Amino acid sequence: MQTLYDKLWQSHVVHEESDKPDGMTLLYIDRHLVHEVTSPQAFEGLKLAGRKPWRLNSILAVADHNVPTTRRDHGISDPTSRLQVETLDQNCEELGITEFRMNDLRQGIVHVIGPEQGATLPGMTVVCGDSHTSTHGAFACLAFGIGTSEVEHVLATQCLLMKRAKTMQVAVEGELGHGLTAKDIALAIIGEIGTAGGTGYAIEFAGSAIRALSMEGRMTLCNMAIEAGARAGMVAVDDTTVEYLRGRPFAPKGDLWEKAVAYWRTLKSDEGASFDKTLSLDAAKVKPQVTWGTSPEMVTTIDGRVPDPSQITDIVKRHDMERALKYMGLAPNTPISEIRPDKIFIGSCTNARIEDLRTAAEVVKGRHIAANIKLAMVVPGSGLVKYQAEQEGLDKIFRDAGFEWREPGCSMCLAMNDDRLESGERCASTSNRNFEGRQGPGGRTHLVSPAMAAAAAVAGHFVDIREIY
Amino acid sequence: MKKFDFCDGLVAPLDRANVDTDAIIPKQFLKSIKRSGFGQNLFDEWRYLDHGEPGMDATRRKINPDFILNLPRYRGAQVLLARANFGCGSSREHAPWALQDYGFQVIIAPSFADIFFNNCFKIGLLPIVLDASNVDQLFREVEATEGYRLLVNLQDQSVATPGDESFLFDIDPFRKHSLLNGLDEIGLTLQHADKIKAFEEKRRAAQPWLFA
Repeated sequence: MQTLYDKLWQSHVVHEESDKPDGMTLLYIDRHLVHEVTSPQAFEGLKLAGRKPWRLNSILAVADHNVPTTRRDHGISDPTSRLQVETLDQNCEELGITEFRMNDLRQGIVHVIGPEQGATLPGMTVVCGDSHTSTHGAFACLAFGIGTSEVEHVLATQCLLMKRAKTMQVAVEGELGHGLTAKDIALAIIGEIGTAGGTGYAIEFAGSAIRALSMEGRMTLCNMAIEAGARAGMVAVDDTTVEYLRGRPFAPKGDLWEKAVAYWRTLKSDEGASFDKTLSLDAAKVKPQVTWGTSPEMVTTIDGRVPDPSQITDIVKRHDMERALKYMGLAPNTPISEIRPDKIFIGSCTNARIEDLRTAAEVVKGRHIAANIKLAMVVPGSGLVKYQAEQEGLDKIFRDAGFEWREPGCSMCLAMNDDRLESGERCASTSNRNFEGRQGPGGRTHLVSPAMAAAAAVAGHFVDIREIY
Repeated sequence: MKKFDFCDGLVAPLDRANVDTDAIIPKQFLKSIKRSGFGQNLFDEWRYLDHGEPGMDATRRKINPDFILNLPRYRGAQVLLARANFGCGSSREHAPWALQDYGFQVIIAPSFADIFFNNCFKIGLLPIVLDASNVDQLFREVEATEGYRLLVNLQDQSVATPGDESFLFDIDPFRKHSLLNGLDEIGLTLQHADKIKAFEEKRRAAQPWLFA
């Protein structure tokens, strides 16, 4: 009896360096996604060593971190950002790698476009020089982020030297309350196990609440696995997975489709397979989540309050909390619903897919952002998500409500382009990290779901989505 | 990869948990297409009082006198003593590059984030996991003793204190061998090129849609 992780691992073993189960293993990589920030040094290393990419059709490249979200026709104004994107273009052109360039309709955040194109398929190993590669695990892939040396290693050898992870099952049973989303599940889990709770593990999300999620929701959840410390998150294949992939450009067609689907349906943990660790969560008890600190584990529910460090006995923890509250400009015991954001960011590889935009649009429809909101922006995850949203009239709903409607990219999730918070500004953000300076030096991030970000935009403070939706 | 055998180095203590890679090297410096030069921007937002951007002359910037690495007693440190979950967050190898470029050769913590831990080995920077109680003890000693050094010996897998106390640490034998000899992992993997090709052919036959 095997877990899904065991099956994925075993089907990719090329060579084992030792006969011990925890030794280094050479693992075959099926899909290599590449973006502009973590690849230039890898391409350079490859060239210096006189090596060539092992298998070109395993690679898909796109620029997402540095691209502007306004006036694409003006190009990239920051010369260092421009050089980085041009370097990717040049490397891809020289080597013959498929790349969606900045003005291609298919361009977008690497973790949005992989699945959208069907370039992410069940049973694959998927890697990218980006920690949120865990997203692709939603398709029963073994997907994880790698560093630049490993990007070069995969380019040159189609393999990686890996150590087997331990397995954890997080079972979420029952039905989510109205207005609650995969983001709330993810943050609730991180609140429970902490940002290091999944270190050394690959997490499989299971249970009726997970099976009820759309692929978009499952991607949100697996995306956040890395915020719980787990390099990989995954969900078994079911009808939802298969239906999502049908007809996607890179997905198999005809007889091959039937053959592939038959194999994909085996990609689940066997009944009774044992995990190194298990955790269960009652979906009905999950409430809307809002982070108050500078780590995703510093999270509470909308009806909660900012915690009081004086109540914490562990000294290291108390100091971390004090430092976080000082950075965030929050007083202990402040009700979460009294926190007033200055900016609203709906976007990122966590929450910029069509379903995310639909939920947020539903909340703001016929309403307007509050007077204290300086900027509210929607950054779709890809050109195709943007196009789809426009077909559905979502752009108009957002614009009428006072939101800006932008071009696709990572944008203010990490503020490598011009979209950023000013020092001291507070943001309700649908992204994945609330680290110090993440959205701009001195910027203060509160992580929430798209529905909660939209509700905060309209109310001018955090508000319980269940009361207005 | 840089070879590592031992290090007799001055220790600097960074007493906070969950130090993330955004803090180790902020995103604006990730726009570089080079592998070197990140040391001057290590912990940029904590180390300087002004806001750093690529291309700034570090010698003209306002130093934060309170940040631990700026205290004269820790100048030239080669061993970083850290708390739990060091290196969490993004997969940027720029974080280990910045630590190494600054002069660190060893990082000791009770735990590390997975991707960061893995990235360190690829460049010859040694991350060592010790029990939380031992790390606590080292924090107390380094804070109490100016000029506190540790002797790290990879062959013996040991960390020795000036008081001649020695802590042993675990390391995967393959990683140890690679570090001691400064091996090129890509070169090593390519020695298995025939195995990779054979695996690939079998896979192509069974799941042709993966190779379209």
